[in-house]
Amino acid sequence: MAATKKTNTELVVNGIFMENPIFRLALSMCPAVGLTTSIKNGLLLGSAVLFVQIFSSCTIAAIKNVIHPRIRIPTYTLTIATWVTVIDLILAAYVPAAYEEMGIFVKLIVAFAIITMRLETFACKNTVSASFWDGLGMGIGFMFGMVSIGFVRELLGSGTILGYDVLGFKPLLFFVLPAAGFFCVGIMMALFNYIEVVYNRRKERKQ
Amino acid sequence: MRALMKRSIFRPIWLLPAIMVFFTGCNVEHPFIKKIAFKDSNSIIIEFAGEPDQDWATDVANYKVYEKRDPDVLLSISQVLLSPDKRAVFIQFDEEINQKEPHVVSLASIHSQGKDLGTALLNVKRLYIGELFSILIGAMLINNFVFTKYLGLCVFFGISKKKNTAVGMGITFTIVMVASAMMSWFLYQFVLKPYGLDFLQVVVFIGMVSLSVQAVDTVLRKVNPALFKAFGVYLVLVIANCIILAVPLTLADNEYSALESLMLALGAGTGFLLALFLMSSARERLELANIPPTYRGLPIAFVTAGLFALAFMGFSGLVIF
Repeated sequence: MAATKKTNTELVVNGIFMENPIFRLALSMCPAVGLTTSIKNGLLLGSAVLFVQIFSSCTIAAIKNVIHPRIRIPTYTLTIATWVTVIDLILAAYVPAAYEEMGIFVKLIVAFAIITMRLETFACKNTVSASFWDGLGMGIGFMFGMVSIGFVRELLGSGTILGYDVLGFKPLLFFVLPAAGFFCVGIMMALFNYIEVVYNRRKERKQ
Repeated sequence: MRALMKRSIFRPIWLLPAIMVFFTGCNVEHPFIKKIAFKDSNSIIIEFAGEPDQDWATDVANYKVYEKRDPDVLLSISQVLLSPDKRAVFIQFDEEINQKEPHVVSLASIHSQGKDLGTALLNVKRLYIGELFSILIGAMLINNFVFTKYLGLCVFFGISKKKNTAVGMGITFTIVMVASAMMSWFLYQFVLKPYGLDFLQVVVFIGMVSLSVQAVDTVLRKVNPALFKAFGVYLVLVIANCIILAVPLTLADNEYSALESLMLALGAGTGFLLALFLMSSARERLELANIPPTYRGLPIAFVTAGLFALAFMGFSGLVIF
């Protein structure tokens, strides 16, 4: 039960870069492959995940002392399911067109490993405010991942950004194909690995 | 092991045909009608037990056809033809009919040899077993949950490093999938829908999944400890798999019947098993390959999965029945 000693900013930055859910932890890949044909989808699903992550982290952090350890996983699942139902109904009511496009993925946020994992490793050991900042960081990190994959695929696939035509032509139509999600994620992961390798090499040289 | 198989798996096989008959049911409810079925893309054939009067049989006004789902929209009939032996009629429509939907044909007072045999309301639908088979193959290949719907990827990439574990996970997953899908179907049809609690879908279905994982865990531990030792470790991972939740949601959305749900669950499970097996075979081979260091591990696995996904796009044109 070691509470974290990180400051709030560190918690947020940790979620976005050091432990980015998509590129570093490789969790919750399904929407990263299936839904990233445009930036808009990434933003919407990202904000839904952000919402669910923050609220369920706070809920669990608030009630952590009354949960019996043996039933903690079902408790997490039901907490997440409740908040997913809330965001599901909100999206269906206010943005029906986009909701239609995202289809089943909003409901499937329940099964995203990243949320449960954060509850298990962070929220059940820390205060409500720390959990809030951690949830915020993870949510933004997820959104960042989704948007960056969406950006690459939309730009290369249909030559647009957020629906506006910027290139005037379609460089690689292949990238809007559903199957290209795998390639895109794979290549971007490799890119992140490469950046890390270069960064570490430079560090060594300085020493 | 063999005794167990004999006891638990093979004995209830005689039940299957009984269930099939029960669920397909009988489509014809009038003694004068022998058979009714879809003929071409835009006609329905009705076979009679005797010869109907020609004036009655060829009069378009005597037939009313609509989809079972919306009885208010009558399909427009272009003409009704009597077959040469005068024992069957072809109802032809102006437009193509959607054969996936069950249709209802209503016949106004049937006349045969001057007698009025009363009205008849007939259900017509596609061959049920064919329908079931196409759902099974559809979930397994055409709409493979991993390669064409992109679900369950976390577990898929986590577990596909070795062939043995991949097969173990696939089998465990299929069992839990079928159990939880059937329970979810039951709850949805008999509790959630009648009481207007549709919005609780997510909460109830994920509860069902946890429950069936726990149930399979307990049963397997008691019944077959050897099997439990082999597959028990994968049980926890099943909950983290989106497919296990996607299937109940799909079958609730499409209003599938019990057998159709069973087929969808089975197809989703075996499809996942197939995907895991293919992927683990490829990844075992990749272990020996000379891969650039930045691509080692997950990135190359993603690229491989992309190639598989491209290959699976080829199934999209597959039409059965």
